[in-house]
Amino acid sequence: MENTKRQTIVEYIKNWSRKNSLFVMAYGTGCGAIEIPATMTSRYDAERLGIRGAATPRQADVLLITGYLATKTLKRVIRVYEQMQDPKYVIAFGSCTINGGMYYDSYNTINVLEKYIPVDVYINGCMPRPEAVIAGFQKLQDKIARGDADNGTRYKENLEWYRANQKKIIKNWRMPDYNW
Amino acid sequence: MEGLGIKILGAVITTIMAFAVGMTYGGITRKLTARVHNRVGPVIWQNFIDLLKLQSKKTNIYHGLMGHFAPMWIIIAAVTVLMFIPVLHPGSNWYANWFPNLTFHGDLIFLLYMMVFGSLGMALGAGQSGNPNSAIGVSRGLSQMVGYEIPFVLALVALMTQYKTTSIQDIMAIQDQTGVWMMFSNPFAFIAALLASLGMFRYSPFDIVGAPAELASGPVSEFGGKYLGTMMSGGSIFAFIKLTLYVDLFMGGAYSIPELLVKTFTLYMVPVFYGWVNPRYRTEQAIQYFWKWPTAIGIVAVIYAVW
Repeated sequence: MENTKRQTIVEYIKNWSRKNSLFVMAYGTGCGAIEIPATMTSRYDAERLGIRGAATPRQADVLLITGYLATKTLKRVIRVYEQMQDPKYVIAFGSCTINGGMYYDSYNTINVLEKYIPVDVYINGCMPRPEAVIAGFQKLQDKIARGDADNGTRYKENLEWYRANQKKIIKNWRMPDYNW
Repeated sequence: MEGLGIKILGAVITTIMAFAVGMTYGGITRKLTARVHNRVGPVIWQNFIDLLKLQSKKTNIYHGLMGHFAPMWIIIAAVTVLMFIPVLHPGSNWYANWFPNLTFHGDLIFLLYMMVFGSLGMALGAGQSGNPNSAIGVSRGLSQMVGYEIPFVLALVALMTQYKTTSIQDIMAIQDQTGVWMMFSNPFAFIAALLASLGMFRYSPFDIVGAPAELASGPVSEFGGKYLGTMMSGGSIFAFIKLTLYVDLFMGGAYSIPELLVKTFTLYMVPVFYGWVNPRYRTEQAIQYFWKWPTAIGIVAVIYAVW
């Protein structure tokens, strides 16, 4: 694996626990949301890997962006993402989050998710099957175990760039300030 | 002074055991629920991993002083109540002295008050977070408490009047002397208390407080990271407290740790089994449930005790 960091024993244990307990905020933005029940229930059972649903962004570790993002939804996604507590991870789901997919020329969807919030793992496909979703989660787990998953810090360091991109899409920017 | 040191050490051991047992029971329940769903399920120590993860979160949202105190309040209430629960029969075992308790006459009534304390702290903390889901969750939780407390108190009143004592240790001693468990000498009280325990443990159909899809986990919806982890630990200790109290009152107490574990686990499985086959009630249905049959059986228990 590239750029493997040396970790202290405390960091190693912390990362091990983070890796084995992922609370997922399944944000059902697009058609991909239909794959989540299949991933969680008896056939594919993501809970055996320590993955379980979280009800609110405050409790969640992973934000799942399942499919295309309408410009209106982007505002909500940003609010949800900023309310999550560090360390947090983002998994982008399906072709739509990578390059717009079949909605690439639509007037009200965004094409490249990476421009608005940092993404840890992309799962491509239209739609990705539950096997692909679980493979994506395992990729994220490897990343966390290596200590490379620094989504929150990346966002805070490049906040101005992300904000500028977000404000290009969201014209009426009326968001409350968060103490995150 | 030496006696005090040993008592403090004993209190620490009791707390650690209550925490470990409560967390493990939760993990076993998750595994069993998964097996019922025909899933593989998480490992049984998954709750410990979750707790470790929550405690190693880097940022934690601050919602004000009461939101900061609420998790601590819960854990303080849990440990305080735990100190009044006799874990084992005194002097029954070589390690029975490791579990000291501050028993006094009337501790059963004291416990009735103190057991509400944790929920109260949760209510205050959730109130400060300002989330509407939290407020609804708290109001539902308090309504449900009004529901199940009535059969529970009736059952305890039946025990207290039947044996003219308000001390848990006296009730344990009576069962020890007569050799008959309270669940046989006053079965109505046991049934009423058991039905009340369905609401106490908040498994389906009485999971109306923390309904994840409906209320976004209710009172705890604004708590994440370390706060949530602390609440989880407090909840685990409370689970152990309730189970041990039931074992002490109705199942003759325990003479050794394995016996305690078998009895408490059997009791714990009652709400879990009931939850597997039931969907969630609405708030008024839950209250109606408790105020109908459990309360009627509780009144029968009191009449039986007096008569």
